[in-house]
Order: sequence, then C-alpha cells, then structure tokens
Amino acid sequence: MISIFKKEIYELYSSAIGYIIMSVFIIVVGLFLWVFRDTSILSGNVAKLDQLFFMAPYLFLFLIPSITMASISEEFQSGTTEIVFTKPITIGQFLTGKYLAYILLLFVLILLTLTHYYSLNQLASPIGNIDHGSIIGSYAGMFLLGCAFTAIGIFGSSLARSQVAAFIISLFLCFLCYWGMYYISRLSIFSGGADSLFEKMGMEYHYLSLSRGVIEMGDIGYFAFVILLFLSLSHITLNRRLS
Amino acid sequence: MPIQVKHLSKKYGQQAAVDDLSFSAKEGEVIGFLGPNGAGKTTTFKMLMGFIQPTSGEINVNGESVPEDPMIARMAIGYLPESNPLYKEMYVLEFLNFISESHRLGLTKEDLINACKRVGLDAEINKKIKYLSKGYKQRVGIAQAILHDPPILILDEPTTGLDANQLMDIRALIRDLGKEKLILFSSHIMQEIESVCDRVIILDHGSKIADNSLADITSSTESDLKIIMVLDQPTKNLEIYNELAGVLNVQTADQRNIFFDVVKGMDPRADLFRAAVKNGDVIIHLSKEDQTFEQTFQKLTKKP
Repeated sequence: MISIFKKEIYELYSSAIGYIIMSVFIIVVGLFLWVFRDTSILSGNVAKLDQLFFMAPYLFLFLIPSITMASISEEFQSGTTEIVFTKPITIGQFLTGKYLAYILLLFVLILLTLTHYYSLNQLASPIGNIDHGSIIGSYAGMFLLGCAFTAIGIFGSSLARSQVAAFIISLFLCFLCYWGMYYISRLSIFSGGADSLFEKMGMEYHYLSLSRGVIEMGDIGYFAFVILLFLSLSHITLNRRLS
Repeated sequence: MPIQVKHLSKKYGQQAAVDDLSFSAKEGEVIGFLGPNGAGKTTTFKMLMGFIQPTSGEINVNGESVPEDPMIARMAIGYLPESNPLYKEMYVLEFLNFISESHRLGLTKEDLINACKRVGLDAEINKKIKYLSKGYKQRVGIAQAILHDPPILILDEPTTGLDANQLMDIRALIRDLGKEKLILFSSHIMQEIESVCDRVIILDHGSKIADNSLADITSSTESDLKIIMVLDQPTKNLEIYNELAGVLNVQTADQRNIFFDVVKGMDPRADLFRAAVKNGDVIIHLSKEDQTFEQTFQKLTKKP
C-alpha cells in the first residue's frame, strides 16, 4: 500500500496536473472571496467565509473527478495493471494507496484556504470576531465532502476505459449524490413521507448540517458510509475487470 | 518441482485460449515456449502469475496452488510481461524503488544502482523511462523482474523489437540468469530458442504439441534430411534416382536441380553418384541439408 501511495504522490507532483488543479482552486476561491464585487467579503458588513463553503461543492464537482479520472482507467490503458498485480499487492492495498494519495492532495488544497481564514480573522473588528464554530464545522464538511467525491471519482475511473469517460461518469455520480437526491425528493410522487428520506440520502443535507457548526456523528457516519460504499464498489469492479 | 501445471484450460466464451495444458518444470531449466501468435503462451504465463484465473485445471508453484493464493507466485516468480508496461513518467531509479517497496525489500539507492548495473542500465539511471530506447526499456523490465531475486523467472517475448546488438546482450543476460534460476521464456524467434533454451514446449491453438529437448523434437519429425543435386545438363532418366534405396521423394522443375527427401538415418549420396555415372549425368553440385528447427516448427504447427 505504501508503495502505491508513494508512487501516486510522486506522479501527482511530477506531472503538471496536481499544480494546475491547486492553482485553479486557489485563484477561483481568491477571486470570489476578495475581488468580485458581488461575492467579495469586503463588500459585506459581516466577517464570514460563507462564499468559500458555498463554492466548494461546485469546485470539487469539476476538480476532483479531473484528479481521479486517470487513477484506474489509465493503469488499464497503459497495461501497468500487469506490473502491479503480478507483484505482492492486493486490490485493497492498491485502492487504499491511491485513495490516501488523493486525500493528501485534497488536504493540502484545503490547507491553502486557511490563508483566507487568517485574513478574515485579522480584518474582523475587533480582531477574531468571527464565528469560529461554524467555520470549523464547515471545514470539516468540506473535507468530508472532498473525501466522498474522491471515492466516487475512483469508482468512476474503475468503471471506464478512457479518462474522459471516467471524468464524465464521476461528475454525474457526484452531481447525483450531492444535488440529485434533493431534486428527487422534490418529485411529487414522493411528497409526504419519502421526500425527507431522499433528502437525507443526499450529501447536500449533511454538508449544510455540518456547516452550521454542529459536528454530529450522524453526518460524519453518513460520509464514512458513502466513502466505504464507493471504495467497495471500486474493489468489486476492479476484481471483475482483472479476472 | 517448482512449477506444476495440470490440465490447465482458459476459455473466453466458447474459444479456448489454453486447452488442457500440462507440464512441469524443475530447478535450473531454461524452457522455451514456442508457438504462432495466439497459441496461448501469454495466457499461460498470466495464469502462472495469478494475474488471470484459469477456467479449470491446477497450477502449483512450490507445491502451493496459485489460483487460491496468487501471492505465492508473485513472491516466487519474476515476471516480464509481453508488452513491458512501465510507468513512463518515472525515473528509472524511482520506478525500481517502487518495485522494491512493493516487495518490501527495503533496498538502498546503492542496491538499486547495482541492480541497474547487472542488466547494463547504469548509464541511463537518471533518465525518465519515457526517454529510454526500446532496448533500455526492456532492460528496465528485466530489472524489475529480477529485483527481488526470485528463483523463477517468466519472460514473455523479451527480445521483440530489439536491434541485433541489443538482442545479443539480452540473450547473454538470459543465459547468465539461467545458470541459477528456472526460466520460462517465450519467443517467436527459433534461433533464439535454439541458442538459449535446453527444453522446448511448443503450443498451438492452446494445446501442447511438443515438449522435449531441441534435438529430440527435430529428430522426431519424419524425413529429417534433404539432398540437393545439380547436374550440368537436364537428365533424361529421372526414374533411376527414384528407385534408389532410402529415397522417399524426388522433386524437380527443370530436370537439372533435383531435390530428394530421404528416409531418416540414411544417406544415399554415394548411390546417387554411382547412378549418375551409370546414367551419363554429370554432377556439378551435391549436398545434404539438415532439417532446421525452424522447418520442424512449421511442420508441427501447420494447419492440416
């Protein structure tokens, strides 16, 4: 597992893709938080980071599948699965190694946004007069959301032969899990009963719940379940594709 | 026996890639797998590595079943896949370090450099794999296969696409490795099998059609001798040659260049000479041509 983890980190940082994604994320977040008038923190009166957490699902929707799209499809396309799976590496170790490497990238990405948190903290009057509880909860939600999208992305890549197909499948599944469940719950046939169940099955519900600043086990458990579900599904598809 | 294969089959739908294959291999052998494209060599190797599951049959490596626990094969065997897939964005040393960590070998940089030297890669260790020539990529492939010093090596067409010098180097390397390891190795090139292996398994349409030492395989097929006779003038009486003892068949297009198929173990050249004198023919060339392994192979794998 360590060998796969290190290889993946090495590939992410030796190719341009890791840097491109980090740069795009930082620039877009920076522009929306400080430059664009409609959304800038400076044009409001309240010291809040809401814009960052509002944008995170949209940015992750595109950025995370673009990181994970190559994860498995590329190994099949270049035939390197024949190197990996003729070494003493199990499918579980292979998936965990890759997953953790992408989570590390996600962690660094989120870490970089702490500069905005620090700036906001310094700008507040008096200094530090911001809702730390809500921000910490939102950060936890953002990290868990990223982890869940990454698991979905790896699953999408395990299904597809090409990177483009992997990207589109992952994007669709992330959309379905985050927004789709909410829209399904709005369908008239589910009104009065099943609608709240569907809403709770969506990620948006739990993400918003965490961003209120209350970290509940139910929400964490939900994300943990989604992550395990998609990693297990990846395990099954990979097992099938290899035999 | 390090490797034992019994009644191994692999089917894709209705088509059998490998069909009821059995063989065993012992320490110190260098076994060549020979067969036309699609004969089932690569599929057999992949099953030996536990990379794909057989439809039926047994594979044992060091007495343990590979389909039940593929890790057995992966620890004991070094494998060079046919297409030699590599992580092309990695540097040679980084890639070998990845292989070392996959086997949990804990090799130092020195050890990795020594491994590169062994396969003649030392001049290229600081290059990205994608910038290496085909011959050097092949060496990286061999280096990753032997890095954990396995007692068994499987090399799937290790010399395809190499130039003459690279070919000689890789063959010498295989011969060298064969002194201490059991090697299974496939090739299209007969001379290579002849020069490197001491035993040959010939596959065709997924089945084994021969399994023996080289000399035995060549002598097991009929009419292993051909004689070529060239006369200065077309002969007027071809029949006289046909009646000689040991001659199976006479072929000629112009009655001047005459080809004889001869019964195994007989050499009728002296009789041919006397018959020519009697016939009034003047021989300007008379030679015998041993059947090559190449011809044997064609004979064995030719469709009826």
